[in-house]
Amino acid sequence: MTTNGNGLRWVGKRPVRPDGVDKVTGRAQFGADFTLPGMIVGKVLRSPHAHANIRSIKTEKAQALPGVKAVITAADFPELPSEIEQAGEVVLNFRDMSRNVMARQKALYDGHAVAAVAATSIEIAERALDLIEVDYEVLPHVIDVVEAMEADAPLLHDDLYTMGVEPTPDKPSNVAKRVEFSIGDLNAGFEMAEVVVEREFTTKPVHQGYIEPHAAVASASEDGLCHIWCTTQGQFMVRYYVSRLLGLEVSKLRVTPSEIGGGFGGKTVVYLEPVALALSMKCHRPVKMVMSREEVFRASGPTSGAHVWVKMGATKDGRITAGEAVLKYQAGAVPGAPIGPGCMCAFAPYDLDNVKVVGFDVVTNRPKVAAYRAPGAPISEFGVESVVDELAKKLGMDAIAFREKNAAREGTHAAYGPTFGEIGYTETLRVAKEHPHYQAPLGPNQGRGVASGFWFNIGGASTAALNVNEDGTTTLISGCPDIGGSRASLSMMAAEVLGIDVEQVRPTIADTGSIGYSFLTGGSRVTFATGMAVIEAANDVVRQLRERAAKIWEIDVEAVVWENGEAKPSGSNAGDFEPLSLSSIAATAGKTGGPITGHVSLNAQGAGPAFGTHICDVEVDRETGRVTVLRYTAIQDAGKAIHPSYVEGQIQGGAVQGIGWALNEEYIYDEDGRLENPGFLDYRIPVASDVPMIDAVIVEVPNPKHPYGVRGVGEVPICPPMSAVANAVANATGLRMADLPISPPKLLAAITNGG
Amino acid sequence: MRYLSPHTINEAVAALADSDGDVKILAGGTDLLVQLRAGMKAPGLMLDVKRLPELRSINVEKNCFHIGAAVSGAEMGEHESLKGSWPGVVEAMELIGSTQIQGRATPGGNLCNASPAADSVPAMVAAGAICTVVGSEGSRDLAVEDVGISPGQTSLGRDEFVVDFRLPERPPHSGDAYLRFIPRTEMDIAVVGAGVNVVLGDDGVCVDARVSLGAVAPRVLLVPDAANELIGRKLNDEVLEKLDAACRAACRPIDDKRGTVEYRTQVSGVLARRAAVIAFERAGEK
Repeated sequence: MTTNGNGLRWVGKRPVRPDGVDKVTGRAQFGADFTLPGMIVGKVLRSPHAHANIRSIKTEKAQALPGVKAVITAADFPELPSEIEQAGEVVLNFRDMSRNVMARQKALYDGHAVAAVAATSIEIAERALDLIEVDYEVLPHVIDVVEAMEADAPLLHDDLYTMGVEPTPDKPSNVAKRVEFSIGDLNAGFEMAEVVVEREFTTKPVHQGYIEPHAAVASASEDGLCHIWCTTQGQFMVRYYVSRLLGLEVSKLRVTPSEIGGGFGGKTVVYLEPVALALSMKCHRPVKMVMSREEVFRASGPTSGAHVWVKMGATKDGRITAGEAVLKYQAGAVPGAPIGPGCMCAFAPYDLDNVKVVGFDVVTNRPKVAAYRAPGAPISEFGVESVVDELAKKLGMDAIAFREKNAAREGTHAAYGPTFGEIGYTETLRVAKEHPHYQAPLGPNQGRGVASGFWFNIGGASTAALNVNEDGTTTLISGCPDIGGSRASLSMMAAEVLGIDVEQVRPTIADTGSIGYSFLTGGSRVTFATGMAVIEAANDVVRQLRERAAKIWEIDVEAVVWENGEAKPSGSNAGDFEPLSLSSIAATAGKTGGPITGHVSLNAQGAGPAFGTHICDVEVDRETGRVTVLRYTAIQDAGKAIHPSYVEGQIQGGAVQGIGWALNEEYIYDEDGRLENPGFLDYRIPVASDVPMIDAVIVEVPNPKHPYGVRGVGEVPICPPMSAVANAVANATGLRMADLPISPPKLLAAITNGG
Repeated sequence: MRYLSPHTINEAVAALADSDGDVKILAGGTDLLVQLRAGMKAPGLMLDVKRLPELRSINVEKNCFHIGAAVSGAEMGEHESLKGSWPGVVEAMELIGSTQIQGRATPGGNLCNASPAADSVPAMVAAGAICTVVGSEGSRDLAVEDVGISPGQTSLGRDEFVVDFRLPERPPHSGDAYLRFIPRTEMDIAVVGAGVNVVLGDDGVCVDARVSLGAVAPRVLLVPDAANELIGRKLNDEVLEKLDAACRAACRPIDDKRGTVEYRTQVSGVLARRAAVIAFERAGEK
């Protein structure tokens, strides 16, 4: 048996992932792969208008088409009151969610669902959609966030009054909420400053771009029991949301998650699931619904586009004295932009005395935003990290040295509330500074940019079960869909505690009827929080195994130790008995007290904040405006990398998504508010040849709240790339590109006009 | 929808003549099948021309290459002597789509889909390629630049289709090149494309040239004014600047989701200059 230097046998190693063979051989069952006997097909009719009153919907002709089994509209969903409620760990308004799932009275964006049909074939379902008559009264629409905030902007909701403003306004507007975080004395801070940089930025909404489209099969039987099979980041989330939207008792609905082909936050909400179930409740046939890519773009959540204003001041010796930001985030059709996290994260990497951040959650005629990897943070951090770069240049300081001088450390009181414990930001800066990349020479028209990122990470409710099988192998059950390799990391932690081969742990993601409640996969929480549940469950199994051995040996349980997968007598009994392996204890479990299982539910506290620092080299074609990313190094504090390959994969994936956000991804609307690029041809996520190998460097400053030191790793890597790229472009051209994406036409125009 | 896959040109022409005109010719299908799936087209008859031998081979006759209209991009890329004589044409064809698409996509389909942004077309136009077109009236020759007339529209009669492309005889010191601009590195549609084909004298002076532009007008443009800046001259910065200006002057682009009028115009000149440098280098090496 080999162990790492720190005595760990599995943690930190790179075993083959348990879900790997199924995925590369095509066996894995994704959302659209599921079928049931008697299953029929559901399709959604979507609004062709960005904003319209729905005067009437006539479904009789569609109903009458042979093969059509059910037609539904918003009238088939319970009308819910507008109430903001805490559901698990997120704030929700089920009235708004219901209206996003199926338009009621008004269509709020191009692609908004207005009706749905279930039929015996796709062709019949599509013909039925054509037979539904919707009488629209087209209304003026608003796409841009700044325009939506103007007093005379088209109003999406006549009952939306800005929250967070005293007194509450007496007129409705598109501004759903104002939030503010501040510490210290901003004016005093700017008075101390000898250099001040102030700048406006804009970012475009960007889609998560998961390869697997949304898909669901729903079945409602005549006795009211319901089952949904779908691709999701949270089966318990689907169960609760759908129950609320359709007025079901939670116990009536069971949800089974499929293998998931990417989510990045975009599968933390429901779209098809309640629609498919509502159709099935009408006809009692299983109904399958799969979005096309066009539907994914038109009707599922991107993250916010935004307008960002940042002002920062510093003394000549490089100490930041004040930071101020105003953030305006698009929520899409109903309130709920990730403005809170955007405000929290904006200045979090820095130890600042004087900070003020004001944020606005603004509705626009676009699809409702959904979570996307560190929701909200990359947008505000793009502005701040661009200004930090500019400040460093004005001060004549090295970009990393300037950050080191102001970096948040253990004990730093963050503007958004907490005092940081052990964090690894300065370690990422030190590694960046010493990395060969940072000193490598640059050629003509090339530039280098540095940017850092922060994401707080979360813990939350998780359940895990660990069952010892008859032969001593084990079954590990998690309630969180595996989106980034968590089956591997959870199995490794179980194997570590049990002292057995990781191959003897078979992980499963269970449906809502087979494991206790678990919050969804998101917030970079699963390896941390569900990992803690797994470790506790494994510890409990070890305790039981020691008890069984003590019983067999007829000695005190305190005299039995568990080492390397075996029970051994210790203390005064040391050497009295041959060690008992897990398999031999399992074989006699029936005689010693029955099955051996561990089952732990917890609410994990103490998520460790994550920091990353990225270095990006670009070359700018001054005649075409093309930016080529030549070299990219991403350094990140993982706390402890349980499976370093999957940590590196998360870092690389986040960096590439950020590069796409920086350079080419954007939603293009025509003057009528219709999305012009609902597909991967003209919505340009990077292809493999667009990016260099992303050199992922893991730094490990352990999170003291986790047994192995885990911090979440999935989200922070998308925070630095936009400013790393923009800072590199500024270094190459002398031009500060403040509007994303830095697409060739935009950069060429800037070069032609000012370069 | 009916599907026919004739084995002779006569059968194919007869099927077209008998039809009511609601027909789409299927070659590689890399555009047509996507259009069918997206509900953009629903022809009554789909006529597959991949079994017609005349459309499926690359031959050399009287020192001229004949490329069947339904030859795949991959087959063109693997044809060493075609690649040696017409690297610009072959590279343009190979820019289309992915490796998988290259196994299906054809120059005939790329031309008759009539997109002004089609990659192989500006290269064929610069090369001076002539199409053999057949129909119930027999066969006729048509310059490639005269086939596509506006997005999705060709000048072909409803009973006509393209059999092959004939490239002119290649004198010594000749070279061609095609460049396109896309925001990505692959798997994209040209925002601007430029093809340059030159023949040089022994002294390096250009004796013949053709210059073409894609995605800057409703159809692929042959730009004689740009070619005239090259003919009679050696390549230098001044000539390149004039070529650039002549290309910009010829552009009649639109603003759309893939580019602006200003951007397309400006980059057309840039790409023409860069393509000219490559074409002259290639010509100088032979």
